[in-house]
Order: sequence, then C-alpha cells, then structure tokens
Amino acid sequence: MKPILLVDFGSTNTKVTAVDVDGYRILGTATAYTTVETDINEGLDNAMKILEKTTGPLEFEERYACSSAAGGLKMVSIGLVPELTAQASREASLGAGAKVWKTYSFQLTKGDLKEIEEYHPDIILLTGGTDGGNTENILYNAQALSTLSYDCPIVIAGNRNAADRCEEILEGRSIYVCENVMPGLGELNVIPAQKQIREIFLKRIVQGKGLSRAADLVSGIIMPTPSAMMEAMELLAEGWEDHPGIGELIAVDLGGATTDVYSVAEGNPVNVGTVMKGLQEPYAKRSVEGDIGMRYSVHGILEAAGDRKLSLLSGIQRKRIPELVDFLGSHTDYIPDNEEMKHMDFALACAAVETAVTRHAGTLEQVYTPTGLTFLQSGKDLRKVKYVVATGGALIHGEKAEEIAKKALYDPQTPNSLRPENAEILIDKKYILAAMGLLSQYYPVAALEIMKKEIADYGHNE
Amino acid sequence: MDKKKLVIGVIGADVHAVGNSILQHAFEDAGFEVINLGVMVSQEEYISAAIETAADGILVSSLYGHGELDCRGLRDKCDEAGLKGILLYVGGNIVVGKQPFDEVERRFKAMGFDRVFGPGTAPETTIAALYEDFGIEKPEEE
Repeated sequence: MKPILLVDFGSTNTKVTAVDVDGYRILGTATAYTTVETDINEGLDNAMKILEKTTGPLEFEERYACSSAAGGLKMVSIGLVPELTAQASREASLGAGAKVWKTYSFQLTKGDLKEIEEYHPDIILLTGGTDGGNTENILYNAQALSTLSYDCPIVIAGNRNAADRCEEILEGRSIYVCENVMPGLGELNVIPAQKQIREIFLKRIVQGKGLSRAADLVSGIIMPTPSAMMEAMELLAEGWEDHPGIGELIAVDLGGATTDVYSVAEGNPVNVGTVMKGLQEPYAKRSVEGDIGMRYSVHGILEAAGDRKLSLLSGIQRKRIPELVDFLGSHTDYIPDNEEMKHMDFALACAAVETAVTRHAGTLEQVYTPTGLTFLQSGKDLRKVKYVVATGGALIHGEKAEEIAKKALYDPQTPNSLRPENAEILIDKKYILAAMGLLSQYYPVAALEIMKKEIADYGHNE
Repeated sequence: MDKKKLVIGVIGADVHAVGNSILQHAFEDAGFEVINLGVMVSQEEYISAAIETAADGILVSSLYGHGELDCRGLRDKCDEAGLKGILLYVGGNIVVGKQPFDEVERRFKAMGFDRVFGPGTAPETTIAALYEDFGIEKPEEE
C-alpha cells in the first residue's frame, strides 16, 4: 500500500482525499471549513482529524493540493476583436482554471485601466492580432498596462511580430512571452498560454495568498482546482497509454456561486452539409457561468429560467418563488430542512444545469438559402457525447442527482441546442474528481482506474 | 517584401464552395497570403478577419444573384471599423438575371467597391488587377 493525500482548498470547504495508488482505491474522504483568514492549516487539520476517524492513522508518502480559496485565480483577458482574439484569450484563461473577471477588446481606455487596477487581477493575459497581423492594438494596450501601479504578471500571447516590442514597453515588469493564442485566423492555440499561467500560479500566486503555509504540509499547491477538474476529465475521456478512457464526455460542476461546465469532445458537425460559424472551440473546453449558482448566484437562475419554469419543476406556486430565492440568496450556508425547500432546491438545480449546459453547447440554426436548406453550426455539437459527469456539492448531495443531471441532455423542445442525446449519467458521489486531477499529474494510471471504478462503473471488477 | 494579405469568402447565404477554393489556390500561387473564410460569410466576419490579420484587401464572391443586397454597406462598415481605404473587390454572378455589366459595375462602385468582376472572370484577370492596385510588379513567367 502506498497512501497519498490529496487536498482541495476550496473557498468554503477544504476537502481531503486519501488514496492508495498501489491498490487503485480510495481510502477515505473528509471535509472541513476552509480557514484562509486565520491559518489555512487549521481547516486542513480539522479535515484530517475527520478523515482519520474512518481510515485510522495513515503515513502519507506524498501530499498534493489544489486551491480555489482566496478568490481563486483572478484573471483579466485582453484581445483585439471580441469574437476572435478576445474570445480566444478568454477561452485560454478559463481552460487554465482561472476566474475571468472581464474580457476586454480593442484599445484599453483609462476607465478600463482604473477597473483593472481596482479588481487587482493575479494575472493578465494580453493578446491581439494573428501572427503577422495587427500589431497596433497590442502595442497600444501594452503601453496602457505599463502604467499599472502594481507588478501584475502579464502573459503576452498575441501577434508574435509584436512580442519583442511589447517586452520593451513592459520592461521591468513580470512579463512572460509565449505563443499566440490565435496564430492564424480562427486557429486556436491555447495550451502554451495555459501552461504559462499555471506556472505563474505555482510560483507567485500561491505565496501571495497566505496559502504557502500549507506548503509545509503538502508537497505544494500545484494547480487551481478547476484546472485539476479539467485534467481529470481529459484523463477519464482519453485514458492513459494502454489503459483506455471512456470516450467523449461533458461534466457539470454545480456550485453555490458558479456553475462550471467542461467538455472533452471534438464537437464537429454530425451532419454533412453543415456550415461552421464563429470561432473554433478547444477540444477540452471549460465554461463558467458566474450568474448561475445555488446560493450566492441564485437570483441568476431565476432570471435565466423564469418563475414559471421553476414553479413547474418544484410544484411551488409562482408568486412564492421569488420569496424563496431571496431567502436562499441571503442564507448561503442553508441546507434544506423541509419539503418545500427541498423541492425548491431541486427546481433550481435542474434549471441551473440546463442553463449552464445550454450556454456551453453549440447551436444549430436552419437557414433557407436560394439553393436549399442549409444548417449553420456555432460552437460544439455534443449530441453524440456518451457521458455526462455530475459533480459539485449542490448536486451530488441532493437526493435526485441523476434526475437533475439529466437536464444536461438534449431536449426536443429546444432542438437547436446541441446537447448530448443519449448520454449515460455518472455521479461523482464521493466528490473526488478534483483530487483525481491532482493525482493524475503523478500517478495517471491510478487516477484513471480509480475514476473508472468510482464514477464510471459501479461494481466494476478488477 | 511581405506578402500582401487578402481576406476572401462567399458572402451572404451563398454556399458555392468550389470557385472560392480555386481562387484561394490561384491567389496563393500568385504570391498572396490568403485568409479564406469559406462560404456563408457575413459582412462582420470579413471585417473582423481583416482587422485581426491586418489584411490589405477584402475580396467578396457571390454566385447566387443576391450579391447586391448582401454587399450593401460593407464599405461603410469598413470605414466605421477603422479599415479606411482597404481594397474591396467583388465578383461572380453578383446580380439577379442578365443585366448590362457596365450598369452593374457602376452600382457596385457606388457602394464603395474598388473593382467589380462579372460572371466568368478568370482568376488571372483579378490577379492582374491586384498587382496593379498594390503596385506590385508582375513576376516573370517561368
């Protein structure tokens, strides 16, 4: 047996997962409140005590952690044209596990700079222009960023022909030049920028957030939590060497403040004669709905779904819905203790999953042209995806997790939304996915086999 | 000297893909860098592509007869987007039915197109016009 400890410092909870990488099994999991204000190790100690009650004392050979505490990884993305490099820049940041507060396009104004200054991002991703394309805009924005009052790390991933001059303009600041997020028009190249962001996160951000004290206990905080989730999903889909994965999938992480959706799928058109519109999307894509969450962002769900839909889903009268939503929004640690609230939470979770996955998935539009019927696809076609993975406290601890997760599926009522048609629902019952993403960095086979056993195939025989 | 960059594509709800691909190869062989947006391209897409790539010209194709509606206002939008003076060509079966070409040409030039090419134009004709408008000397025949 080789026990390894995996820690996820979340904004509210610190989750610990103990695994045996030799036996490909989970030894135990536990959760305690995160204590980032005082000493982050307190919360970790508490979680460890709970863990050891079930597992008994363990000698961990290695310890790894991911974190979304202290606001997560706060980023601002900058590009040129909104639907081109600005969008590519945003995708790159989201895929790196960042919380993208705002995406700017064209030239930054004084007002924009003031906003950035106030928001105080951890990293700025500066892009603009394809290679050999527009240089004027990125140079202007580099100049603008050179007036920032603090040394915010800036990743420069725009037109390569402007990189040298950007470096000169921003000399003396923490700058990191890497490959263009859009080297050719519509061609997405987000991985180099993401690697760079992750590296900066490791070197600089962790120390700055009072998280470094935890570093004594663990071998280091190696990535932001959403990035660990993404790693886990890619591994589960693709497999590792001769250990097969389960194939293309999407994952929904329903939280209190945001709902994250991940897809590991090509998303190419299923039908011939479909014309693709808009920017090509990454194979491993993450989207974050900042207005969709079960508590802090509960009003966003009401706004997106409407009281009529929530009433239908919950069986609660329409005029009572806003009242209950107000209550949930102001009692963020509330856990339903009566039938009515259970129904309300169920309806909210259904609407949240449906809204978030609809926004993530592509759309298909029918267009009658003089030469006949044509289909226009924007985004990814996820109809043939075989699995929907559901995670997040609000989802997995609810009673009807599977029913809620099914809202991620294709709905004949909205045929334009390209969500999975016949996918199997997999529930992350032990809440281990982020931990498996962490583990995958060192023990990919163990992480994969544990996920397959725990999530993809209950009662699977070894 | 750097290659001149051309954004090409078929405008509107038009799905004629073949000629557009032939044009891409012809322009590339003639020494241009081509950004091909494919079929069913909106005005906004030509403009966004031209901004991001710092293109020198936008060449619009239309083969289904509705070009006159699709192309209206493209020059104004280019001006608005900061692409002042960018070279604009249009070519193909750009109007409905058989109309005298000089009238068609006049109408499209009034819309702000620098050059207008009628049905059956060979790529060489357009390439010669591009050389002339960019002031590029025609390369020696091999």
